[in-house]
Amino acid sequence: MNLNKHAFLEKNSIVLLLMIIVVVLIGGIIEILPLFRKETVIEPVEGMRPYTPLELVGFNIYIREGCYNCHSQQIRPLRDEVERYGHYSLAAESMYDHPFQWSSKRTGPDLARVGGKYSDAWHVAHMVEPTSVIPESIMPSYEFLKHRAAKVENLSKHLVALRRVGVPYTDDMIANATNDAIVQGTGEPATDPSGLMSRYGDKVIARDFDGQANVVSEMDAMIAYLQVLGTMVDFKATQEVEKEAEVKSK
Amino acid sequence: MNTATLEKPDYNYDIVKLFTLATCFWGIVGMLGGVFIALQLAFPALNIEPYLNFGRLRPLHTSGVVFAFGGNALFATSYYIVQRTCQVRLWCDKLASFTFWGYQSFIVMAALGYVLGITQGKEYAEPEWYADIWLTVVWVSYLLVFMGTVIKRKEPHLYVANWFFLAFIITVAVLHLGNNISIPVELFGTKSYAAPSGVQGALIQWWYGHNAVGFFLTAGFLGMMYYFVPKRAERPIYSYRLSIVHFWSLIFIYIWAGPHHLHYTALPEWAQTLGMTFSIMLWMPSWGGMINGVMTLSGVWHKLRKDPVLQFLIVSLAFYGMSTFEGPLMSIRAVNSLSHYTDWTIGHVHSGALGWVGFITFGCLYYMVPKLWNRTELYSLKLVSLHLWVATAGIVLYIAAMWVSGIMQGLMWRSYNDMGFLNYSFVETVMAMHPFYIIRSVGGVLYLAGAIIMCYNIYRTIKGDVAVGEVDKDGNPREAVTTGRTMTLQPAE
Repeated sequence: MNLNKHAFLEKNSIVLLLMIIVVVLIGGIIEILPLFRKETVIEPVEGMRPYTPLELVGFNIYIREGCYNCHSQQIRPLRDEVERYGHYSLAAESMYDHPFQWSSKRTGPDLARVGGKYSDAWHVAHMVEPTSVIPESIMPSYEFLKHRAAKVENLSKHLVALRRVGVPYTDDMIANATNDAIVQGTGEPATDPSGLMSRYGDKVIARDFDGQANVVSEMDAMIAYLQVLGTMVDFKATQEVEKEAEVKSK
Repeated sequence: MNTATLEKPDYNYDIVKLFTLATCFWGIVGMLGGVFIALQLAFPALNIEPYLNFGRLRPLHTSGVVFAFGGNALFATSYYIVQRTCQVRLWCDKLASFTFWGYQSFIVMAALGYVLGITQGKEYAEPEWYADIWLTVVWVSYLLVFMGTVIKRKEPHLYVANWFFLAFIITVAVLHLGNNISIPVELFGTKSYAAPSGVQGALIQWWYGHNAVGFFLTAGFLGMMYYFVPKRAERPIYSYRLSIVHFWSLIFIYIWAGPHHLHYTALPEWAQTLGMTFSIMLWMPSWGGMINGVMTLSGVWHKLRKDPVLQFLIVSLAFYGMSTFEGPLMSIRAVNSLSHYTDWTIGHVHSGALGWVGFITFGCLYYMVPKLWNRTELYSLKLVSLHLWVATAGIVLYIAAMWVSGIMQGLMWRSYNDMGFLNYSFVETVMAMHPFYIIRSVGGVLYLAGAIIMCYNIYRTIKGDVAVGEVDKDGNPREAVTTGRTMTLQPAE
């Protein structure tokens, strides 16, 4: 290399600055931009839907409490992980997570498919006093979630913001956000959950999650979120599609 | 010849002093936070819900040491070095002063947010949108002050340390803006939603996250290395040519390495492979920088025997070399399948953070403080030596504990019995880590103790004291400096 040529950069700081910008942008552009051709990155699967308003409140509590510091939501396609946690995570499964919660550390176990593995009562006991159900657990207690009302009044605004970043919430969903959250969290027979299900599908779980009737607590929201994690994708339907594709290719 | 040109420029040392003191303060705060959360993992009873739970305090620790301690150190040294190597006073005192108060208020804003549960939920990018906008204003001011000084310089050539600082400032700006695009829910609310989601969000986050390491904690600190190692050793940098190759290859390659944080995830495999390839390539420029620093001692190796400040600088380069070898190793997919999600990653980060970033900062502070406050030398070089050994012992305990616990947990997760079933439940692996969490905490306490020793030493140096038995270069005993403060205590005539 001709060192004299480099002296030019050392004497012209603005040119040096511009050169630095060009050099550091190259790698980022080549790696990141292609990912926005989403059809090449996210395989479409049956069953993915945006979070219900109550699940969204739970998702936000999950972020607020920094759960991602100890729990991952990304099962790798390795034999032991698939055996321990279930089917490896698909790109589509986090496409409505703003931001993604894959995490980088498993001080506690992966939660990508924790939905449906434990009962609501187990989750309440675990949050209130983790060692009551897992004596060796080092997780902190989150009893206060039980005593705090979930903030559901302004949920429409949350859904609007998420629609702006690409989550397909409909006008109907936005207009009924607060009510949907209350219906899902109380699960009272008197209140009619059919509106909720017509918007988010029949698989939505509407019930009193935390055992405190008539109250939508943060615990309700948290458990509603945990119980839906990893349960949306219909793997049976996906397997059938894959089999068909295999047959065709043969 | 005009006598004015022989005079020393009137450097703005006040701003450097402020940032130096802030570095010491936030260093103690951040490391104390680290010790506390390390103890929480060993003794979960220390969690106090909701404000002092691990999940809220861990970002406080990482931001505290990276952005508060490391950031203030970068401000202090970059302002010192750019003035000295450009031979001019820092451009615009008022704007420089704004960068100080603006940056401190950003730190307080972010820290309060974490404890109150206001976070974006992205590692090392936790501050919410309003704090991000504020940081952008401060950072642009920083760039202006730095570039303003560079442009009015009296030296025709810009010294290599400043290239690294420039790359650090501008790239951190790009990363910060790129990773924090979000839509606030309300204008007067704290909550926002990140624009990208899932796979796209993950890659942008680790493009940011890995280059926060690459540019904030590496390029910036290499700028410090390129100035303070030659100054303390009183030798020119080993190779000018190597500086050029090192600089351009480092900044070009680093930016590609992010996807190695996402091996075996839903990220397309081509991106993972690209990230791994560049991570391995990164080994070379990293070691180029280490060699350039260490070989600067050519001909003056004997100084290393006696000067604990130089020891700090050189040991930091040794740790840099070690962790930049470990990093590429861990970026290999097969190795990563074991190390990812475990404490091995935590150990790796800390060998770089405690060994490289911490030690180079301590060395620079020890060099800079006597110069800033116009003292011939520090209060006590013996205490510097004590700091070095206490902190090194702390690091060794820390990283050894994390290696063992990380590799052990990774192996336990994938262990099968003869019947082909998983051998261990998850919680059994948690129990197995308990002793190593305690050893790690002890290591952290030692490292913190070292930092406290440093703060005491710096305090006494500023006061003008000299410890008993301290000698100058010729071996004569040094005398205490009479500062203005002690003068006022004299009885009136």
